[in-house]
Amino acid sequence: MKKFISLLTVAMLLVCALTGCGGNKEAVATDGSTSMNKVIGALGEAFEADTGITVTYNATGSGAGIQAVQEGRCDIGLASRNLKDEEKANGLEGTILAYDGIAIIVNPNNPVSDLDVETIAKIYTGEIKNWKEVGGNDAEIVLIGREAGSGTRDGFESITDTEDKCKYRQELTSTGDVITTVASNPAAIGYASLASVKDTVKALTVNGIAPSEATIKDGSYVVQRPFVLVTKKDAKLSESAQKFFDYITSEAANEIISGAGVVPAN
Amino acid sequence: MKKNRLFENIVHGIFLILGLITVGCVLLITVYLIISGIPAIKEIGLFNFLFGKEWASTAAEPKYGILPFILTSVYGTAGAILIGVPIGFFTAVYLSKVANKKVRAVIEAAVNLLAGIPSVVYGLVGMLVLVPAIREIFNVPDGASLLAAIIVLAIMILPNIIKVSITALDAVPKEYEDASLALGATPTETFFKVSVPAAKSGIAAAVVLGVGRAIGEAMAVMMVAGNVANMPSLFESVRFLTTAVASEMAYSSPGSLQRNALFSIALVLFLFIMLINATLNFFLKRDKEK
Repeated sequence: MKKFISLLTVAMLLVCALTGCGGNKEAVATDGSTSMNKVIGALGEAFEADTGITVTYNATGSGAGIQAVQEGRCDIGLASRNLKDEEKANGLEGTILAYDGIAIIVNPNNPVSDLDVETIAKIYTGEIKNWKEVGGNDAEIVLIGREAGSGTRDGFESITDTEDKCKYRQELTSTGDVITTVASNPAAIGYASLASVKDTVKALTVNGIAPSEATIKDGSYVVQRPFVLVTKKDAKLSESAQKFFDYITSEAANEIISGAGVVPAN
Repeated sequence: MKKNRLFENIVHGIFLILGLITVGCVLLITVYLIISGIPAIKEIGLFNFLFGKEWASTAAEPKYGILPFILTSVYGTAGAILIGVPIGFFTAVYLSKVANKKVRAVIEAAVNLLAGIPSVVYGLVGMLVLVPAIREIFNVPDGASLLAAIIVLAIMILPNIIKVSITALDAVPKEYEDASLALGATPTETFFKVSVPAAKSGIAAAVVLGVGRAIGEAMAVMMVAGNVANMPSLFESVRFLTTAVASEMAYSSPGSLQRNALFSIALVLFLFIMLINATLNFFLKRDKEK
């Protein structure tokens, strides 16, 4: 009898597992920016919990994601930059899902409180080496960054146009580590998602504008980039993809988007 | 009688299978590492991979040279041994031969506690206390450096060295020491000329075990070493073999050259650790034969 019950359980589990895989016909395929991992992951989970439709996410990079939509290999492409004109000319359409604001942080004891983007780029490429050159104390600037592949690093470097040119003193593996390090070193400068910045560090104003949800949304704070949903203009989305699209661009999703550390656009 | 033997056989069979699980895991990991580590080495070229001085895995023109990581791991481990072994060794001699029971109990408890502290805690304390301290004391712009990693590693290997050395020293027959004392040697002479030489295989094993722990540590050094792929220098930010794998693995996409190169680094690290294990076995075996 016992054996029979255990056999039955195994059989039921198997059936469940198989149907779980078989439910794929409704899945929504997304493809693109590695930086959008967190926000799409959170949205996909919530959407699946609500509707039972799975959302797959393929982290390939913005360019590859846009190409995947173009070739019809996925439902929604994800790009962490605005579409280029030639991409729009190819019949693609971008809808901004959220804005990723990156705060430039320094130690609270640092007298410097405002820098412009060019100066930030010069600091990170090693052209400006001492805080006194930008009106601070006489101390060597300590550049704190994130590890290669990090979305925040990718965002920061693409906005300041310093890709592969940054001369980091430390490459840390989490936002928390960056903040802790900057908080403990008076000569350090670092970057972190705005949502995770705490009082232990000072967020610089850039071109005189302090980072906040409002300044990021209206575009006046410039160290930011959009998270764009890429779709084809003339082709209709599949039913489940349309549902997902509507869900994540609705106001109901804003809380989840904020929870992933970015500013919702809608 | 026959039934009994059958039962015995079944039990032995079960034990054999359980034993084989361990062997299977080791084999699986070895084979997996070799299979996934070889392609990138082939593509990059063994010489370029092992002796390339630049690592830029996400650059437009990626470079995959791991010499900085290898040297950092070697220097870091050597430094930790240089600091950790004298402290650990003398502590072990003191605890095994000189200290009275109460002192020994207290210090041994502390050593055991030190062994039980998770490496992330070492890293955190290092980050919040050691790194700023190095910055202040040596007047450098930033304290996250090879030196910080060496100090953290030295503390982390202490318990291994102390515990294994004590076991070796405790195992020295009392008659040896008594004979030495009876011949007129002082206790200190006895410890260093009789007890320590008699326990030298065990102490060597302790050192090798320390090397193994130091070279395999990732979390703690990731938090204090700064993780930039520079050639090693005491006050510069450096990246170890372990941290090179750990810091980029999460973001590398499966099947890419970057991911494969990370597996190749793991393979190199694995070979280092195999070498260390072989050395350890050599010492232990020699001990047994005597």
